[in-house]
Amino acid sequence: MAAATYLVRFAGYWIMSQVPLTPFVRAALEALPGAIIVSTVVPLAMREGIDAWLGIAAAAAAMIFIRKDVAALGLGVAAVIATRQLGF
Amino acid sequence: MIEGARLCVPLLPGILIFAAALGAASAEKGLTLSEATLMSFAVYAGASQLLALQLWPQTFTPAAIAAIVVVTMAVNLRFLLMAASLHPWLSRAPSGPVHLGLACLTDANFIVGSRYHANGGEDAGVFVGAGLFMWVIWTLATVPGHLLGYLLTDPRLLAVDMILPLTFTAMAVGLFRVRRDRLVWPIAAVCAFAAERLISGYWFIIVGAIAGSLAAGFLRDRR
Repeated sequence: MAAATYLVRFAGYWIMSQVPLTPFVRAALEALPGAIIVSTVVPLAMREGIDAWLGIAAAAAAMIFIRKDVAALGLGVAAVIATRQLGF
Repeated sequence: MIEGARLCVPLLPGILIFAAALGAASAEKGLTLSEATLMSFAVYAGASQLLALQLWPQTFTPAAIAAIVVVTMAVNLRFLLMAASLHPWLSRAPSGPVHLGLACLTDANFIVGSRYHANGGEDAGVFVGAGLFMWVIWTLATVPGHLLGYLLTDPRLLAVDMILPLTFTAMAVGLFRVRRDRLVWPIAAVCAFAAERLISGYWFIIVGAIAGSLAAGFLRDRR
């Protein structure tokens, strides 16, 4: 498990050291962090349902208005727990 | 380095709850405290550890071990893309510390590092410091997690399964750039969702991320 995990950690870095940084590659890499996040969150939330979406909405709103990660996570978790307690 | 650790502080509550969930899973599978701690220290990738424990067999056969390794790799393949996306920034820094940071690359220091860099930060030490700090925290947090784990019989009740998506959501808000991402993010979302329906496992992260990234490459002149 550890070896497999270290392999993927270094492989991505090594690959990019072999690829020239053209404008295309630069634009693709700049957008990659956001694309990873969206591709993780959206399918997981679709799998889960309304509780997940309410949590995500609460976390995003908290982040936009309060700008504190802890508040975003707290409100997101609270929204998920509350929705689940209500039986959704 | 210290700055990297400081930027990680908001992530601590989520990490501690996640460690408790992992402790519960490892206690349930009969791992001793030292075995659970060793796993956290050596692998240091929470989501894959949790999934591996769900596949943990009673007796270890080569097939069971292969299944665990394959699942670990699939879940952690996102690290490959994360490392790739950090390359243009980190390649400007000394390679020794950078490789140390890469050794402890996870969602936490990736997200702290890429947000720091997106806001104009250049010090690669932030990435390295964040990684080392979270590595120590994660390994230490496994201990109380394992001891308290039996209290947390159903991870869903504390929304443990949603901590990663919620942390990601909060971080995404800071990364979003309207001109760059207004098309790219929907493309990534649709492709990831379609992949999730069509392919079992965790390939959807890779499919969606690559689709979004390629889209950004092709659309770069149209912003």
